[in-house]
Amino acid sequence: MNTKNQFAESAATVTEPLEGAHDLTVLPPEKVTWLEHLHGWIVTVDHKRIGILYILYGVLFLLVGGLEAVLIRIQLFRPLNNFVSPQSYNRLFTLHGTTMVFLVGMPILFGFGNYLIPLMIGARDMAFPRLNAFSFWISAFAGFLLYYSLVGGVGLAGAGSAPDVGWFAYAPLTEPAFSPGHSTDYWTVSLLLNGIGSIGTAVNIIATVFCMRCKGMTLMRMPLLPWLYATMSTLVLLAISPLTAAQIMLMADRYLGAHFFDSQAGGSAVLWFHFFWIFGHPEVYVLVLPAFAFANEIVPTFSRKAIFGYPAMVVASVAIAFISLGVWAHHMFTVGMTSVSNAFFTLSTMLVSIPTGIKLFNWLATMWGGRIRFEMPMLFTTAFLFQWVVAGLTGIILSVSPFDWQVHFSYFLVAHFHYVLVGAIVFMIFAAFYYWYPKATGRMLNQRLGKLHFWLMVIGFHMTFDVMFFVGLLGMPRQIYTYMPDRPWTVLNQIVSIGGVVQALAVLVFAANLFYSWFRGEEAGPDPWDAWTLEWATNSPPPVYNFATEPEVASRRPLWDLKHPEDPDFAYE
Amino acid sequence: MVLYLLLVYAIVRYRARASDGNIEPPQVFGSVEIELSWTIIPVLIIIVLFLTTAGVIFALQDAPKPANALDITVIGHQFWWEYRYPQFGIVTANELHIPASDPQHPRPTFMKLTSADVDHSFWIPQLAGKTDILPNRVNELWIDPHVPGRYEGQCSMLCGVQHAKMLLVAYVDPPEKFDAWVRQQQQAASNAAAVEAGRQVFEHVSCINCHTVRGTQANGQFGPDLTHLMTRSTIASGAVPNTAENLKQWVANPDDFKPGVLMPNMHLTAEQLNQVTAYLTSLE
Repeated sequence: MNTKNQFAESAATVTEPLEGAHDLTVLPPEKVTWLEHLHGWIVTVDHKRIGILYILYGVLFLLVGGLEAVLIRIQLFRPLNNFVSPQSYNRLFTLHGTTMVFLVGMPILFGFGNYLIPLMIGARDMAFPRLNAFSFWISAFAGFLLYYSLVGGVGLAGAGSAPDVGWFAYAPLTEPAFSPGHSTDYWTVSLLLNGIGSIGTAVNIIATVFCMRCKGMTLMRMPLLPWLYATMSTLVLLAISPLTAAQIMLMADRYLGAHFFDSQAGGSAVLWFHFFWIFGHPEVYVLVLPAFAFANEIVPTFSRKAIFGYPAMVVASVAIAFISLGVWAHHMFTVGMTSVSNAFFTLSTMLVSIPTGIKLFNWLATMWGGRIRFEMPMLFTTAFLFQWVVAGLTGIILSVSPFDWQVHFSYFLVAHFHYVLVGAIVFMIFAAFYYWYPKATGRMLNQRLGKLHFWLMVIGFHMTFDVMFFVGLLGMPRQIYTYMPDRPWTVLNQIVSIGGVVQALAVLVFAANLFYSWFRGEEAGPDPWDAWTLEWATNSPPPVYNFATEPEVASRRPLWDLKHPEDPDFAYE
Repeated sequence: MVLYLLLVYAIVRYRARASDGNIEPPQVFGSVEIELSWTIIPVLIIIVLFLTTAGVIFALQDAPKPANALDITVIGHQFWWEYRYPQFGIVTANELHIPASDPQHPRPTFMKLTSADVDHSFWIPQLAGKTDILPNRVNELWIDPHVPGRYEGQCSMLCGVQHAKMLLVAYVDPPEKFDAWVRQQQQAASNAAAVEAGRQVFEHVSCINCHTVRGTQANGQFGPDLTHLMTRSTIASGAVPNTAENLKQWVANPDDFKPGVLMPNMHLTAEQLNQVTAYLTSLE
């Protein structure tokens, strides 16, 4: 065995280009007017700028959707409250749900993917830069179109303004007989266009991951984040298509006299349930896989250990995606399916917990025996791990269909999916901000504001969503604009509302931190966290071309090899 | 719980300490045995959990219907409930009456549920899980309550503006009381001469397009059956108590109690309003 020689050889080939990358000098800023600067951002096809645009767009709507949530909570603060009218309330929760899923979650996660994937696989850009710009701008147009309904939604029938049919828009409430005016049309067209943008980006991510990796980076040497993004993008392709089809069918019903969902003419309400949830359930995993992806990068870096069981993590991610395509009807346990169907979807839903559990155990094993540094990204990730356990367990509880018959569409369900969407996804988005903000801006996020943000968020989150489980168990259904004073829900709702306001404060602190640190943050340098993946090998912020020469890697952790030439990873792989 | 303890232990035990300096911990890449164990054990748990659940699903959904079961048809409307008792020829609204069942001689209630317009969902938490009510589709649900009492529930699927005030009450009555209620509901509407003027207004304004009062010209189908209105404790699908005063305000302007309700304001004069209210309160 001549292992030693192999080390020397590979180390030499790895070291050189990477060191070259380290030495890159930042070009002196060009003298441009602000108008030219702005124009540069609008016509850009650079994956980093598009990534940042996606993220800023998502943060803007995070504030809007958060404000809607606060208004909802004020209305529910006491029974028979008259803060907003019943119809405005229906509009608020419809916009809140649609905004948070389509205009916040998807764009921010796509933004991080856009920014990070080429850097992590040693590429200069995405596979299709122009498609990338097109996807962003059409998604952005769709988002503003949804909100334009507030201005333009009043149709000939005089009814309208913002859509008020719930984010899942169950037919036949969306049919012209029950939803006159144009508000539902704005919802439909907006999601249709947004879906085109999502499909474009998904195609782009898949092509980039499979065709643009640098020398030496086989699929099994790729960091886990691009792996999970490729899996998530495949789900986007499979899930958005039925949603798009459903929107076209709904438009045909509304304007061409078709009767897909028009129950008065023999159409089927259940058909819409199927179309929506065969999109809707994979969509949950579209959002949560990137959250897992962030954890896969952050947990090893701050535990100072390689990820435990890399191949198992890859298999588990793909398995989650695969199983998630066969569980949609667990949203429909109450529609009167046969006992065999109910049993089937109970089983398939329970099965998701196995790969998900493997991931949790692997993160735990990565932390085990490490030296964990609780910097801001790791704090949020730790909270995520605890919250994800509850989210997963309540998911298994809900998969037991006889139990679901009881709590379906109650606040128990609302608490469960907010545990997933906020407790897991939003917390991991915050962790990702603290982790990669230094890379994108060259400055660290302020730690004092960060701590304040973290603790407000944790306290607010648990006040709101832990208590919501109990409101649901006491029988409060979702989507009601008010409730009777004789029901036992008042005090609990007040706790939930206060928690909601605390979370809103946390998000404001975070937004202020983003802004403040941009100008006043501590200098970060190329590799502030002493991490091991390729994005930390270039400057912060990276130059337009990312790497001066194409990097060449020999293992999953190229920078570990560089920093520890005496004990490189490729010796073990 | 085990996972929580492990997480807390890992966090406390493996915190970075200043004394550690800059030394990296030993690098471990994985272990086939450990990973297999935390795959196979959950699989076994899932198998047990699934088999138990499947047993319950089949037992509940495929239970045979006994011959003496009470049949009720529940029809969801925007934003109220219609109940039909085909065995007795009764139609009523919003307040459900069912007999308490004795474990020795069970008399369960089997319901068929459908909708006249959009999707609704029938939910009385203490009596049964919810069952969706969908147009063009008949769902089934059975309950077998043993404890008499008053049970509250409400619509649990967004059905429009007044989804929140689509409440319902179920009375589980002892068998004798239930039989008495059935006999009373089977009687024709009272037709007192004293409220003749109110009945005239009721029949000549378009109330009768939507409401039925059995034994009169009023046979509308869109709104609740009013034949025995005063036997119900609430009006407007549980929104307010059923008092003469509330009835009068409700008829004068339904939006006061339920903004967005489909019942229109008929713009009655004060005199007509008093007459109609008097007529309605006579419908016992």
